[in-house]
Amino acid sequence: MNQEPVKQAEERRPDWAALVIAAVLVVIAAVIFADASRLREVMGYSPVGPATVPMVIAFVLILLAVWTVFAAFRHDFPEREKQEVQPVAWIVGGLAAQMLLLNTAGFSIATGVLFAATAAGFGKRRFWISLPVGMVLCLIVWLIFAGLLQLSLPAGPLERLFQ
Amino acid sequence: MSTFEFLLQGLMTAAQPMNLLYALIGVTLGTAVGVLPGIGPALTVALLLPVTYRLDPAGSLIMFAGIYYGGMYGGSTTSILLNTPGESASIVTALEGNKMARAGRGGPALATAAIGSFVAGLIATIGLAFIAPLVVKLALVFGPREYFALMVLAFVTVSSAFGDSTLRGLTSLFIGLAFSLVGIDQLTGQTRLAFGVPDLLDGIEVTTMAVAMFAIGETLFIAAQGDKGPDKVEAVKGSVWMNAADWARSWKPWLRGTFIGFPIGAMPAGGAEIGTFLSYATEKKLSKHPEEFGHGAIEGVAGPEAANNASAAGTLVPLLTLGLPTTATAAIMLAGFQQYGLQPGPLLFATNPQLVWGLIASLLIANFMLLVLNLPLVGLWVRLLTIPKPWLYAGILLFATLGTIGANPSVFELGMLLTFGLLGYLMRVFGYPIAPVVVGLILGPLAEQQLRRALAISQGDFTVLFTSPIAAGLLTVAFLALAVPLILRARGRGEVLSQMAADED
Repeated sequence: MNQEPVKQAEERRPDWAALVIAAVLVVIAAVIFADASRLREVMGYSPVGPATVPMVIAFVLILLAVWTVFAAFRHDFPEREKQEVQPVAWIVGGLAAQMLLLNTAGFSIATGVLFAATAAGFGKRRFWISLPVGMVLCLIVWLIFAGLLQLSLPAGPLERLFQ
Repeated sequence: MSTFEFLLQGLMTAAQPMNLLYALIGVTLGTAVGVLPGIGPALTVALLLPVTYRLDPAGSLIMFAGIYYGGMYGGSTTSILLNTPGESASIVTALEGNKMARAGRGGPALATAAIGSFVAGLIATIGLAFIAPLVVKLALVFGPREYFALMVLAFVTVSSAFGDSTLRGLTSLFIGLAFSLVGIDQLTGQTRLAFGVPDLLDGIEVTTMAVAMFAIGETLFIAAQGDKGPDKVEAVKGSVWMNAADWARSWKPWLRGTFIGFPIGAMPAGGAEIGTFLSYATEKKLSKHPEEFGHGAIEGVAGPEAANNASAAGTLVPLLTLGLPTTATAAIMLAGFQQYGLQPGPLLFATNPQLVWGLIASLLIANFMLLVLNLPLVGLWVRLLTIPKPWLYAGILLFATLGTIGANPSVFELGMLLTFGLLGYLMRVFGYPIAPVVVGLILGPLAEQQLRRALAISQGDFTVLFTSPIAAGLLTVAFLALAVPLILRARGRGEVLSQMAADED
């Protein structure tokens, strides 16, 4: 019985994350509106031009944002499980590293780094194993896909040994 | 020429040695990737799309057909032996199949799933061959407004009719539609939302979006759950063959599942899930052993697995005849067609019959290959399940980025992959469905084109959309599909809420 008022106070508090989602939807709608109004000026004779559908989509996004705000106050969102930040950071870091290394270090080194970072995200932090394993695996993939299937995968120092 | 002759001609195309090899590579890769935990058919198809980039259209579509069916087979193996189904349509299979595996009857469970999938795939593919020409004839009377109405219906059923929230389904769909605006407007040549970035002029690649959302989003989500201990893979004990009683209890559910699944897949209503759940409920009702349900009833594996595969073949009906994808997998397949400048639809049957019928015939062949691959070789696939998570997901990301780099080796494209991957992760965290984004992205421009054509013909008169009986009927169904679940959910939730309030007193 004593817990009752506390619980009620908790329920009155809106779901802040959901409010942020609503705000993001509004921002997307605003960007579309801005872009579509630029198009409006170049519209031709037809009443339905390139700006019409974007306007409709932006309008619906605003409606959905309003609905999301209501849902946030009514706590209509499913229970969220606790998210670990560290593994996500490892994997995002790996993807970013691959993106930056790709054109200078080549496919195998860049993707090998991604491979090791992902494994680290899942708890395998022994880089002296995962880095070489990843790079060799990527080199094999490169030989198959760039060699046999003729995909254009960027070559770096490792790949040039086989060209 | 009759359907039969076309099909025969298709079989001739598909039976060429090179095409048989493509089909074999397709089913093998499809099963191998589909079996990996957490990977459904949509991601299987998206990941393996780059493999087909340099083949000719016929060979690539044949390999694709194999990948699609292989992914479906592989998913059922995972859900029986590991209690984490890789695809939502296999949830029901996991329910009974995993119980059977725990009771040491994993072999017969896998066998009934494989043979049921084969029976369903066979009947449904033949059904596809005979229904497709009829739908094509029907589609010839469709004008822009009918197509637009059909796409609206597909939007509603994919996003909000099923799933647990109308709001979140619609939000996902409109995020997809918003992304679909990026690029050059097809009717006037105006650039929209490109912000002067040349990479955005061609729009956002469906495959990039799909791989990012499904592969990277899912990997991030799994990683963020932290280490919850290894999943237990059930060993396949004893024979994989079914005994007489298993056969007797399986064959009717296979057929019933097929006849439930195929029409549901073939309707522009999307989703194999509904068919599998319906089939499960039917089997539970009709079974002589209802007490076994929930503890490993073979009917509960046989029926839903058949329904699952039958509706997978069914979704090819609207995809091939109308160019209308009703699932995320079909949306990615449509992207595969588009990379060769092919637009599925009635015209494709007229302009490129060898291709379409070769594809349908190769589905039949893939189905036979899969039966052979899955029954005796199941032990090999099971071994794939035991790959430790770090290596598994590292490998998945390797192949996910490989596809994007192979299609367009630019830093910008990888940046989009990372951005959409994070978006997919956040959407999972907050319970937003992923498939509507992908379907909205690929179907958005097509729907807009049809809408603007219809309105151009009517000179801007919006009522024209409702004055054709077919279009009006389709839009009514779409409205009902939106409104009825909304009301049902509001009521269901209301009752649950009042019960909870009663418990608190």
